Amino acid sequence: MNQLRRSVIINRLAKAAKVTGISMLSVGLFACADDSANKNVLTVYTARNEQLIRPLFDLYQQETGTEIRYITDSAGPLLARLKAEGANTPADLFVTVDAGFLWQASNEGVLQPFDSEILKTNIPESLRSTQDDWVGLSLRARTIIYSTDRVNPEDLSTYEALAGPDWNGRLCLRTAKKVYNQSLVATMIKTLGEPETESIVGGWVKNLAAAPFSNDNQAMEAVVAGLCDVTIVNTYYYGRMKEDNPDLPLAVFWPNQDDRGVHVNVSGAGITKYAKNPVAAKDFLEWLSKPEAQYIFAEANQEYPVNPEVEPSELVKSWGEFKADSVNVEAAGRLQAEAIKLMDRVGYH
Amino acid sequence: MSAQDLVLPAPKTKIARVNTGFWWRFPTYLVAAMVLLPLCVIVFSWLQPAPDIWAHLIETQLARLLENTFVLLVGVAVSVCVLGVSLAWLVAACEFPGRRWLDWGLMLPLAIPPYVLAFVFLGLLDYAGPVNTWLRNSLGIAGGIGEVRTAPGVIIVMSLVLYPYVYMLARSAFVNQGRELMDAARSLGVSPLRAFFKVSLPMARPAIAAGMALAMMETLADFGAVSVFNFDTFTTAIYKSWFGFYNLAAAAQLASLLLLFVLLGLWAEQSARSKGRLQTRRASSNNDRYQLRGLHAGLACVYCALVFAVAFLVPIGQLLIWTFSHLNEFDNRYWGFVKNSLVLAFLAALVSVGLALLVSFGRRQSPVKGLSFWARVAGLGYALPGSVLAVGILLVFTLIENQLLAPLRTWLGFGQVLIGSLAALILAYVIRFFSVAIGPVQSGLDGIRPSFQEVAQTLGSTRLQILRRVYLPLLRPGLLTAALLVLVDTLKEMPATLILRPFGWDTLAVRVFERTAEGQWEQAALPAVTLVAVSMVPVVLMIRRSNRD
Repeated sequence: MNQLRRSVIINRLAKAAKVTGISMLSVGLFACADDSANKNVLTVYTARNEQLIRPLFDLYQQETGTEIRYITDSAGPLLARLKAEGANTPADLFVTVDAGFLWQASNEGVLQPFDSEILKTNIPESLRSTQDDWVGLSLRARTIIYSTDRVNPEDLSTYEALAGPDWNGRLCLRTAKKVYNQSLVATMIKTLGEPETESIVGGWVKNLAAAPFSNDNQAMEAVVAGLCDVTIVNTYYYGRMKEDNPDLPLAVFWPNQDDRGVHVNVSGAGITKYAKNPVAAKDFLEWLSKPEAQYIFAEANQEYPVNPEVEPSELVKSWGEFKADSVNVEAAGRLQAEAIKLMDRVGYH
Repeated sequence: MSAQDLVLPAPKTKIARVNTGFWWRFPTYLVAAMVLLPLCVIVFSWLQPAPDIWAHLIETQLARLLENTFVLLVGVAVSVCVLGVSLAWLVAACEFPGRRWLDWGLMLPLAIPPYVLAFVFLGLLDYAGPVNTWLRNSLGIAGGIGEVRTAPGVIIVMSLVLYPYVYMLARSAFVNQGRELMDAARSLGVSPLRAFFKVSLPMARPAIAAGMALAMMETLADFGAVSVFNFDTFTTAIYKSWFGFYNLAAAAQLASLLLLFVLLGLWAEQSARSKGRLQTRRASSNNDRYQLRGLHAGLACVYCALVFAVAFLVPIGQLLIWTFSHLNEFDNRYWGFVKNSLVLAFLAALVSVGLALLVSFGRRQSPVKGLSFWARVAGLGYALPGSVLAVGILLVFTLIENQLLAPLRTWLGFGQVLIGSLAALILAYVIRFFSVAIGPVQSGLDGIRPSFQEVAQTLGSTRLQILRRVYLPLLRPGLLTAALLVLVDTLKEMPATLILRPFGWDTLAVRVFERTAEGQWEQAALPAVTLVAVSMVPVVLMIRRSNRD
């Protein structure tokens, strides 16, 4: 009898424990969700990789006490999430690695304009939104990299010249699906017009030594291995590879120095339309545009600071100075669809 | 005698109405609804036509993409079938040196995510990779092994990561068949080869078809591996519409076409399965294997070992080499990533298997017409590209969040409750991997005779009691297999984790993304190899369990 009672009690206790456990678990499952009521928290959706942006988050947190929480993903899904969340979004800041997506975010109406003299003085006009709803934070140059063994730099001149017969079977490119190439072609459409750009890109495709690669590193490795002689990449990929291997038989060439200049893009950020903390977001952007942060932001990825007051790192400077294309980077976003269609037509995959 | 005289008198005692288990159909409806909502979002995209994008795609892309997809699909289907079935037969029915090791070693490639094998494969075999460089410089073979970023290259990579599905299911089918039927066929004078094709293979057909269906769905939905190869498939068009043209509607329309292909495929699989003969489950089989000797034993051993080496040892070796040359990638946050990966996978497995149990049990309790249709709908989440499904889920969740939960939230003064919560991410995993969980549970249930339940019912047990005390113990193996499969799949999952994870919940797959997004394959090796190591635990457990059967 006693035993029976005991087992009943144990049973009940077990049941109670289960119920408590389950309810605590379900509270826990939702507890991780938003607490944006806290005014000292800045929320960032970033397409710039964690390893490149976290040092700045940490530094800002140390200096100002503002807590920064973030999620990383590609720009496309992040933008889809921003749009879907609408007024409920916890995000204050949207960071991308390309002007095209910033333009698109602005176009989709998920950003809000901001007025800041500091940002206007620190960041050149061609690297900011014309609507004042995003700014570039670092500059990335997409330039020609050539094999020092097999190419005389005097034979190189412009992006356009790579379409000529001299380079038949000597060119390697990254896939046209990467936004960097879409932006390059988009800005070419902007200055050269569509028919001319189409014949140039068509010429590149004819000159390809191998099917386009899925990333810039592979394209450069193919040049090193002798599959081709030149390629077009973002300089920081070259910088990383050179850092690993100082004897790398590759060098940077700055094309189009006599006309429009080297194609540049930005990694930048905009404040979201429904930011819970727009003031903190603006403060952070202003901080990022100041010399100290600018240097770290660019140096972390061997990019160029957007603030003209700030010099790039020694390593980056060693690649030489260049004239950059002064077309507003917004064109990359506006003409991106045209660029993709053009590349599809000429069979650049 | 008139007809009236034949009418029997009404019984005096009240007969209890047969309880049809009305409520047991609802788990199925619930899961089907969960899966259907995001799918509806995708199908409803047709309300926003995108004619210019369609015109452009049809003009310049679709023919090539469809051809590529078709070649890839057929190639993968044939290779996983040949690899999976041949390996499964050798380890299940034959005895040769090394069999005991290879038996479970051949399952291990399941722990490698396709996108990881793809970049390891290219890192090794591309023009600039070590193999070709060596061939060129030391042997003077200018072309090396030739271009590998081609359809055959992608097919090889996909087949090496996906054959374990066929291998696993075919293997247990062969083990369960035992040897008597083969021996009977042989005693009638049939050659071993003919006996295999006439007896063993047809009996294992449902299992093989199920494995191939999983492999083909993953191939169709894959984006990670094909994009490393820059090999354009139908999913490429989806991503191009989305990221390139910023047109989510066109992307969703393309995705809905993909869904249509999958439905056709599933229908074909189902009809293949229903033609297959019912498997008899043998209670005890003392598994006399054919003892291979001499050359045969050697060939069998070399073949299995070769597949194991190419699919597992070589890629892991390369990953380890990269890891050791970039050890500075490691910091103490790694334990956090491992913990996050495991917690998410464990919760997803628990919920999926719980629901799978309710659904398959419900089908037995409540034999309503159409329930099996809804059960099949519940399994569709697996067939869509992960990130398309992730966005579909995201859209549904935000809809619920903004429409249904908004009043509650403002009343309580909360921010977002659902989006960015662990619950939302777990739910997304369940939607995606439910079909993985339901398979083993359902087949386990099919092996339990209904008479067990009838006996329990005559003894006055309720259905819940029966579920707990009769079915749960008998189903334990099936439930465990299902849980482990979901565990492995969740560990490898990337797109939904990326977009729906709560702040600070970075996993190993997220770390792999951060590095591969920048083309830094060597730096991605550490998280990748850790991911494989963690995923190996459930895979090994699964093998040990299936060996105990």
